[in-house]
Amino acid sequence: MSKYTDFGTPAKTSDNQITLEIDGTQITVPEGTSIMHAAMVGGVTVPKLCATDSLDPYGSCRLCLVEIEGRRGFPASCTTPVAEGIKVKTQTPKLADIRKGVMELYISDHPLDCLTCATNGDCELQDMAGAVGLREVRYGYEGDNHLKSEKDTSNPYFQFDPSKCIVCSRCVRACEEVQGTFALTIQGRGFESKVASGTENFLESECVSCGACVQACPTATLIEKSVVQHGVPEHSVTTTCAYCGVGCSFDAEMKGEQVVRMVPSKNGGANHGHSCVKGRFAWGYATHQDRITTPMIRKSIHDAWTEVSWDEAINYAASEITRIQAKYGKEAVGGITSSRCTNEEVYVTQKLIRAVLGTNNVDTCARVCHSPTGYGLKQTLGESAGTQTFDSVMHSDVIFVIGANPTDGHPVFGSQMKRRLREGAKLIVADPRQIDLVSSPHVKADYHLKLRPGTNVALISAFSHVIVTEGLVNEAFVKERCEIDSFEAWRAFAAKQENSPEALSETLGVPAEDLRAAARLYATGGNAAIYYGLGVTEHSQGSTMVMGIANISMATANVGREGVGVNPLRGQNNVQGSCDMGSMPHEYPGYRHVSDDATRALFETAWGRPLSKEPGLRIPNMLDQAISGSFKALYCVGEDIVQSDPNTQHVTHGLESMECVIVQDLFLNETAMYAHVFFPGASFLEKSGTFTNAERRISPVRRVMTPKNGFEDWEVTAKLAAALGYPMHYAHASDILDEIAALTPTFKGVSFKKLDELGSVQWPCDDANPAGTPTMHIDEFVRGKGKFFITEYVPTTEKVNAKYPLILTTGRILSQYNVGAQTRRTDNVAWHPEDVIEIHPHDAEDRGINDGDWVGIASRAGETVLHAKITERVQPGVVYTTFHHPESGANVITTDNSDWATNCPEFKVTAVQLTKVSQLSEWQREYKAFSQEQIGFVHHPKNEANV
Amino acid sequence: MNIEQLITMANQIGTFFKSSPDTEQAKKDIVMHIKRFWALSMRLQLIEHAQSNAGKGLEPIVKDAIIQHQALLA
Repeated sequence: MSKYTDFGTPAKTSDNQITLEIDGTQITVPEGTSIMHAAMVGGVTVPKLCATDSLDPYGSCRLCLVEIEGRRGFPASCTTPVAEGIKVKTQTPKLADIRKGVMELYISDHPLDCLTCATNGDCELQDMAGAVGLREVRYGYEGDNHLKSEKDTSNPYFQFDPSKCIVCSRCVRACEEVQGTFALTIQGRGFESKVASGTENFLESECVSCGACVQACPTATLIEKSVVQHGVPEHSVTTTCAYCGVGCSFDAEMKGEQVVRMVPSKNGGANHGHSCVKGRFAWGYATHQDRITTPMIRKSIHDAWTEVSWDEAINYAASEITRIQAKYGKEAVGGITSSRCTNEEVYVTQKLIRAVLGTNNVDTCARVCHSPTGYGLKQTLGESAGTQTFDSVMHSDVIFVIGANPTDGHPVFGSQMKRRLREGAKLIVADPRQIDLVSSPHVKADYHLKLRPGTNVALISAFSHVIVTEGLVNEAFVKERCEIDSFEAWRAFAAKQENSPEALSETLGVPAEDLRAAARLYATGGNAAIYYGLGVTEHSQGSTMVMGIANISMATANVGREGVGVNPLRGQNNVQGSCDMGSMPHEYPGYRHVSDDATRALFETAWGRPLSKEPGLRIPNMLDQAISGSFKALYCVGEDIVQSDPNTQHVTHGLESMECVIVQDLFLNETAMYAHVFFPGASFLEKSGTFTNAERRISPVRRVMTPKNGFEDWEVTAKLAAALGYPMHYAHASDILDEIAALTPTFKGVSFKKLDELGSVQWPCDDANPAGTPTMHIDEFVRGKGKFFITEYVPTTEKVNAKYPLILTTGRILSQYNVGAQTRRTDNVAWHPEDVIEIHPHDAEDRGINDGDWVGIASRAGETVLHAKITERVQPGVVYTTFHHPESGANVITTDNSDWATNCPEFKVTAVQLTKVSQLSEWQREYKAFSQEQIGFVHHPKNEANV
Repeated sequence: MNIEQLITMANQIGTFFKSSPDTEQAKKDIVMHIKRFWALSMRLQLIEHAQSNAGKGLEPIVKDAIIQHQALLA
């Protein structure tokens, strides 16, 4: 099925070119290339089984042997590098004889069930049997063999059938080299050799189900259960994953409109053929029975839903918006987009709000994750985006991870980072919790700065102090590239004794000598790159910390080339894109402020409507104004603010205060339970558009099946606009992208045609950079000179005391995604069926809490109950949970505290107390009753079946 | 909208910018930040509070900034 050529061994790069002769043909390749790879370059296929070009050569299968003139024996072409002038023969009678003998041995211990085998027609062993001309197997099945070995079907997505295993080690090597988990090994020797996961089965092992082993397997030994069920796919469509901000490219392998499997694209610019458990396997939600595919309306949230036609739903929503604006004014309405939407969907939604509703009250879920990144990087460097490609990490000498957990949150990039670390790059981790990167097979952090939650800015102050006072500033870079006045002010600030590691050590809970050593390593260790996540942004000083990160990267000249930079790891697939598309209330697409007359005139001309020059309301402002009575209607596309935003009770109070809440989603999510109109949404498999990942890479989303709800999401928004008297004349998502390109300088050169040609492109993509811009700020910063900001540490007002003595911090895990609406409706629940509260053994002992106990978690905002998990991953005084399950109520306990510049919530610091309890919290009991009532209000086949 | 919330937000902004060695610039920056990121209704409410309630609860630099640059903020 694969549409990619397998060159057998990885491509090499070298300034030296080598010319050799293979089967009489002259071939020139870079020095270091294997003979096997060179042969493929020249169009000569050498039989192989243990080799594949995603893995280093191994030389075990003995099928790829060749003859080299003047050399003795039969070297393996996969492990033998090319040499100038050598003459290689890949087909000789002797080689044919050897290969046939090898194949005969393989097949003698392999079930001959090809016709009923799930990989029939897509099996390398079968192909090689044909290639070598195997016609008989002289050895019967009477002797010892592995044919009765038991299958391991424990993993929900793939099975392991050792009877079909040829022990080529491709799976083991994929686990090591590609994924970096080292979960598999070859156990035993000789005939006893077998692939083992270290435990009794795959599910209980260290395996992270990335699927690299399945992809590498040349037989049906490791195979997707979906292929076993549906058979071999017949066509494939390249599209982009709808999960995290890595933005992996996938080939959706199809049978008609049935997805058989998702295979990471070898040409994917962000993932290079790798994937994680979510992207490769957790796509079943798209056809889950919980999908709502018929529009619904109701007068009150206490009424049952009425299914209606699309026209009726659209017209009802439009009439409600019109009524509310007439009664309360045009500022009484607004919209929220999601980073789960495509660029095109976000664009048309903000266009509808600004041009049709006449207000800038539009915001996006980046408000609650990376809005400080947009603000902080715009202020310092001039552009609200990360500076590098993911591949840049392969040129880093020092990797500084702050408040991010790449192996869980951005797993494919996490694997790439681990690859670089195994090559020898140094690692600094700043995190209150012991993330996997701190210590995992063949990866160990040089420094784990276990700072207290809420003290990030003190950390960056300490780093700044060391850089400034120990002469580690790159003065030439600063002089040439930065605003000197701002630098001198920052230098004077950083040099203050109060910012020294010694002065801040107690605040941080980190030894001063570790702070000094880590800062020195960052500043002097070669190419140093910072990777950060929501552990940086979701604080009351989130924007300050982002600016602090930019400060030290400029001061040490670690920006503007490969291997360095400031790299925000975006949580969701299209956080970058949704921000690029003008989804925030103060700016148009391309980060241009609404008060800028020239920009506003540009959009007014293009959209044919007058536009407001005033910034609109942010999400928390909308909710506050709803409670105070002036905000009455919300159009919420693809976002679930009830589950994902802080202080749940405040959010639901706000929604309950509105007269019309319109939700567009795949499922009756938590927010939809407070809605009056429900527009069914389309999954990423059912629509066309683009996503922009954390490295500014715009990748195509391609429709592989008909939308079950009847329309792509942009079409629904366009219908609503039309019902409000503003027809949008788009025939396809590509028309929307063309409009974006015409109005947004950084997208000027982007089109579906270009994406078809190049696969993906990183913005800015314009006349000067027609193929995009992998690395930003090379010769100068986007803002001209880089600007330093003074970043004074200000402790959060969310303080621990005798009543709330612990700090709760939140995060995410590998198998679940964001609010879990997608992943909870897949077999990924096998790994994370519920959110738990992690607590240090000392804190647990103090409270008489045992592992697995029900624990009440009380904060100033609310109370919830979770099962306890006692672990030393968290430090004493800190507890940790995730927010993937709505009944957990993680955000019932988070507070309204937020970042000073952007109102990004302070999710990472909540003072709490934990006590052993025996029942759910009051909120949870009320939630359960409310949720069941709301689900019962839906005229749904599943509900009817339960009647 | 709850004025207490607006006061908290304005004071947070003030806390960031008051680190600047140039106090007059800091006041301007405080006002410009609010101008660029707050909806008009919220700005007007803050001005009203600064005027009618003597800016109760506002940090001195924030109150001064609002009074001094009121025309810019409205």
